[in-house]
Amino acid sequence: MAIGLPHYLTVAAILFTLGIFGIFLNRKNVIVILMSIELMLLAVNINFVAFSVFRNDLIGQVFAMIVLTVAAAEAAIGLAILVVYFRSRGTIRVEDINMMKG
Amino acid sequence: MILQAILFYIFAAAAVAAGVMVVAARNPVHSVLFLILAFFSTAGLFVLIGAEFLAMILVIVYVGAVAVLFLFVVMMLNIDFAEMRSGFVRYLPIGALVGLILLAELVLVAASWALTASGAVAPMAPIKGGVALSNTRALGDILYTRYLFAFQGAGLILLVAMIGAIVLTLRHRAGVRRQSIAAQLARTRAQSVEVVKVPIGEGV
Repeated sequence: MAIGLPHYLTVAAILFTLGIFGIFLNRKNVIVILMSIELMLLAVNINFVAFSVFRNDLIGQVFAMIVLTVAAAEAAIGLAILVVYFRSRGTIRVEDINMMKG
Repeated sequence: MILQAILFYIFAAAAVAAGVMVVAARNPVHSVLFLILAFFSTAGLFVLIGAEFLAMILVIVYVGAVAVLFLFVVMMLNIDFAEMRSGFVRYLPIGALVGLILLAELVLVAASWALTASGAVAPMAPIKGGVALSNTRALGDILYTRYLFAFQGAGLILLVAMIGAIVLTLRHRAGVRRQSIAAQLARTRAQSVEVVKVPIGEGV
């Protein structure tokens, strides 16, 4: 019954998979794709903290804070780009974003 | 111990269920709200495991800033979201296939993982037990000393992100009268004052 490292890793794995699943399912909606990325980063953070605690090493938590910072910055920039794109084109459908023919 | 296990399963189930709803919710506003629930549940998991500072940071940064930002953008943009879900069923099989394969691999790795005493590297910053040094204090002790440059770098990233977001979304609409301080200060007497000789009885 004791909760160990595998339990936390399993929760993180499920959340990470849900993030990838969300990117596949909502191919048209950029906002949900960004939310899925946040979910994946959350799963990564769970992994970092779980390993940090069960290895008795605080550095994992320091790194989790850095990941948190980058996630916040990424969300801000991504949503800013989204707003600018919506202003100029009037849509955020992913398949309409093809100006650069990538 | 049993209480801890029960709480773990409650928080884990809530996090996973909220994650499913983030992906599957019809309305993006509901997606954001379920994302908030997932963040809260994860914060609960962090408290359980003994990383209470990170749990609070998660609530403050993710729920207080990121999720609210998402909420703002979802409500600000006028988008027909129902039309956007038309490809949902078409992508379901391939998405489910990739997701299940990945999940199986990850769980196989995670479930078989065991920390062995032999072969383990000595921890670089051991967590000291007991109440003498709280999690926050211990984290601060190494964050502000050994990881000062990483900390400053994180601050720099946030600064760049802030400036970038402002520069991206700032726009100057035409036809809006604004104060131009440079133009005000550059005015000279010759530009702004005109002495007119007015003939008596005729006006200007």
